[in-house]
Amino acid sequence: MHYVVKRICIFILTLLVISMLVFLAFQIISGDPTTNMLGTHSTPERVEALREELGLNDPVILRYFRWLGDFITGDFGTSFSYNMPVSELIAGKIGVSAALTVISFLMVLIISFPIATLLARYAHTFFDRFCMLINQLIMSMPPFFIGIIFTYVFGLILNLFTVGKFIPYSENPAGFFGFLLFPALAIALPKSAMVIKLLRGGMVREMSEDYVRTAYSRGNSRWQVLRSHVMRNTIIPVITFLAVTLVDIIAGSIIIEQVFTIPGIGRLLMACIIKRDFPVVQTIIMIIATVVITVNNIADISYKYIDPRIRFR
Amino acid sequence: MRRTPNFNLIFGCMITGLTIGAIVLGYFWTPYEPNVMSMADKNLAPCAAHWLGTDNFGRDVLSRVMEGAGTTLNIAFLAVAIGAIFGTIIGGLTGYFGGTLDEILMRINDAFTAFPSILLALVIISITGSGKNNVIIILGILFIPSFARVIRSEFAKQRNRDYVKNAQLMGVSHRRIMFVHILPNIMNVLLSSIAIGFNNAVLAEASMSYLGVGVGPTERASLGRMLLDSQAYMTTSPWMALSAGFSISIMILGFALISEGLGYRPTWRPRPKRRRKANA
Repeated sequence: MHYVVKRICIFILTLLVISMLVFLAFQIISGDPTTNMLGTHSTPERVEALREELGLNDPVILRYFRWLGDFITGDFGTSFSYNMPVSELIAGKIGVSAALTVISFLMVLIISFPIATLLARYAHTFFDRFCMLINQLIMSMPPFFIGIIFTYVFGLILNLFTVGKFIPYSENPAGFFGFLLFPALAIALPKSAMVIKLLRGGMVREMSEDYVRTAYSRGNSRWQVLRSHVMRNTIIPVITFLAVTLVDIIAGSIIIEQVFTIPGIGRLLMACIIKRDFPVVQTIIMIIATVVITVNNIADISYKYIDPRIRFR
Repeated sequence: MRRTPNFNLIFGCMITGLTIGAIVLGYFWTPYEPNVMSMADKNLAPCAAHWLGTDNFGRDVLSRVMEGAGTTLNIAFLAVAIGAIFGTIIGGLTGYFGGTLDEILMRINDAFTAFPSILLALVIISITGSGKNNVIIILGILFIPSFARVIRSEFAKQRNRDYVKNAQLMGVSHRRIMFVHILPNIMNVLLSSIAIGFNNAVLAEASMSYLGVGVGPTERASLGRMLLDSQAYMTTSPWMALSAGFSISIMILGFALISEGLGYRPTWRPRPKRRRKANA
């Protein structure tokens, strides 16, 4: 319990540091927002009035805490380019991106675990070598290129979905998930190839251990040994990697949303980066950073419960 | 008992050698001028005159891929060079001397590496603006932490070895111990991370250009940019996107195989046949 409390303290501290960096990057370095807001109507008096109104003349520390307070209470500021509150702009899009990430992560689990076990069972055979070769090839394909191939093969030739025609969840839940299936698979394929490689390698290494021989000698079948003995001992490094994978999937979804024109936060982020609409960019970055740090911390805490051998200070 | 050859390294070097050969050739000679448009032969399918077809402006795709791969490799090379040089210096100093500075730098490092690098790159580029030189500098800076981490752990391992202590007793300067005595001993680790760095750099450049924040439309062609431009013509001329995409994949595959091969320890392992029998 002590350990969990310590982790949560570190978690909050990290978030504060990140928020300071984001504040520094977007509020201080990025320059004066008034020139952007006033545009061609800018006069020195107007700029001064607006600066006073926005509180830009206050000390930096005060501005930081005001910004942080607003952020925590859900007031993310107003977008320059869309002229509406950032919270409204983001609200509908977060769900789409979250759904894409979750589906894709589940796909990684569903694809990689059975295949890795199968390959470990038939390790060093021709079947295994052939599959590992294919695996290596898939690993080297960037997810957005797999996405482009999918739009071509499944969208344009086989007509399984209409390219660029996104179906909102409120209209047709089945259609929504059906549409997300291919983008999610495009992110999941290279990631599962990496997990398969790691898991298979770990399992093959474990299979030469003494306890495996003991398990065989007690009359267990190969599958039983693989499932209940070898898998358990291999899983710990894989969990670290799964946390990394989840974070990568979040980053990957930004690119994939662009390929399949899914209206999620990744697409919004890219549009706003190109338009230099900083309030939106900083909010999205803060949200993604929070998710990333949460995922990493959950992975750290979960080790303790998965492997009781690991002792923490 | 037999020794398996290091297939990964052999094939990796072959693939990378062929791509680099094609790229170097592309600097001196391409089948057609990469940027000359010819409306008469636009959207041609691959044929004898144009091996990979032509794009929507009638430019030869093969020539453009050769040029684009050159740009991509150029960016990757410079970014990895920045990352490897500064990463080795920082990692070497912290690993060799240890202490408080080491602790602080490694915590910062952890925070950095926990974050997906493409996201950090997007954050920085949203402030600085896009363009080839910015991409190189940003990727280079983002690669420093991962190099520093690997090199640091190797230096920390080597610093207690007898040969280092021996050199210290003989009065060799710290700088000479670090770069003349220790560095050659960790060369395989460094080379392996450089190969991984190339792998990531090619992927990052392609992703950023594909998102429209990397190499600009007015600069020399790059593979990611070509992929972005060709996506709209997927129905009429899929060969544009396919050739750019597969070129990226081939480059990544080559570097991935090399990094895998460098991490390979030649082990003697029993013939698979015998092994299966024993476990049956």
